[in-house]
Amino acid sequence: MYPENFRYTKEHEWVDAKGDEATIGITSHAQEELGDIVYVDLPKAGITVEQGKTFGSVESVKAVSDIYAPVSGEVLAINETLSEAPESLNADPHGAAWLIKVKLSNPSELAGLLDAAGYKAFLGE
Amino acid sequence: MDHSAALKSTPLVGVHRRAGAKMVDFGGWDMPVQYTGILDEHHAVRRAVGLFDVSHMGEIEVRGLEAFQLVNYIATTDVSKVKIGQAQYAGMLYEHGGFVDDILIHKVADDHYFLCVNASNQDKDFEHIAASNKFNCTVENAGPRYSQLAIQGPKGLATLQKLTTNDLSAIRYYHFADGEVSGTPARIARTGYTGEDGFEIYIDPSQAERLWLEIMQAGEEFGIKQCGLGARNTLRLEAKMALYGHEIGPSITPAEAGLARIVSFDKGDFIGREALLKQQAEGIKRKLMGFEMRGRGIGRDGYEITIDGTPAGFVTSGGPSPTLNKNIGLCYLPIEKAAIGQTFQVIIRNQPVDAEVVPTPFYKRAKS
Repeated sequence: MYPENFRYTKEHEWVDAKGDEATIGITSHAQEELGDIVYVDLPKAGITVEQGKTFGSVESVKAVSDIYAPVSGEVLAINETLSEAPESLNADPHGAAWLIKVKLSNPSELAGLLDAAGYKAFLGE
Repeated sequence: MDHSAALKSTPLVGVHRRAGAKMVDFGGWDMPVQYTGILDEHHAVRRAVGLFDVSHMGEIEVRGLEAFQLVNYIATTDVSKVKIGQAQYAGMLYEHGGFVDDILIHKVADDHYFLCVNASNQDKDFEHIAASNKFNCTVENAGPRYSQLAIQGPKGLATLQKLTTNDLSAIRYYHFADGEVSGTPARIARTGYTGEDGFEIYIDPSQAERLWLEIMQAGEEFGIKQCGLGARNTLRLEAKMALYGHEIGPSITPAEAGLARIVSFDKGDFIGREALLKQQAEGIKRKLMGFEMRGRGIGRDGYEITIDGTPAGFVTSGGPSPTLNKNIGLCYLPIEKAAIGQTFQVIIRNQPVDAEVVPTPFYKRAKS
């Protein structure tokens, strides 16, 4: 369920870092808690996000949830498909429905995040 | 903090948990917000049939020679127009004209009225009615004696008919019959809070679980779904049905809420009448209107509204409409701005997003 190579936050985001680039998304647990996702608000490429600060939001029929940046960096790309198909976040949150890609400004931040085992323990699974 | 120990629950709480429902604290009640998903459940009600546990709703019974006089005194409507076997939607107001609650009045007999009231208001409503009782009748807070199930959707009648000897097609909209469902006494009302045809049944709590399972089985051929409060909210919003604490409340009058039709000034005295007459003479200053988002974003409950940068009101209920596939909502606007086509901005996370006043209800079912 939770890929071993990802790192996770207690706010239910994941990071998949390769070199100084990282892909960011929300976890399966997050999409399950939200329910049917109908809207995703993301920043524009080029801006910088800061670890622990919100950079966008995900809305389900019932609720809005802020998304917090798990790491700091410049936004290289956003997942354009989510504006047309936000429901894909319910179907494939760890894959096709990634949110943004960033260029890491401080890769050492990764060390402070949870690994898959730690995240599962945090969820109580 | 965990308040779950203090939460009230319906006799169906075990059924909901076993079905994997997501449970929430709804006004002090441990209630299912969704089972499979709000969209799924919403569509089931619009297209086929859905089953809701609304046992948290309150029931108040007024009995006695002057039961009519008391109900007519606490309600905004002309209760003399309600015939035995008929139900009527009404407001119940404070002297200052704001809502105590909105209620459904059922006339069981000349000396017996059965009121269905909001869950979180039932004790307050009971005290209000009991304190207003200067008549020869009794008032009973009867919530614990009833469980209520709602069978809603175009296949609601066909589903429930399989379980009752009562001829459901003979019960007209906003009417009810006292009969039986699967051998247990039931008050069967053709009412609902979804904008769809359907029934609400009042039964003994000891029978709730058995009937729930039997109704689910009866509706299987039609694609019945268990539905939670999430879908109940999206359905009632599309139909522009008021929710206490959102569209109506102690500081809001019926005219402001677009509910002038439930106020009868000719029927004699009732609580709040003086204040409403005064407001009618002076004119209302704000009005409930429906809107659609024009910009990207969802205006939700409590969000601020501005017109040309000036604060102009607030969203009472807002969210995505699964039927219309638009983002809709209800809001209070200054009376001079309360017109179809008026544009305004909803403040969504500090950003103004365009919206426009549209006609309501957003959804109206085709007449069968």
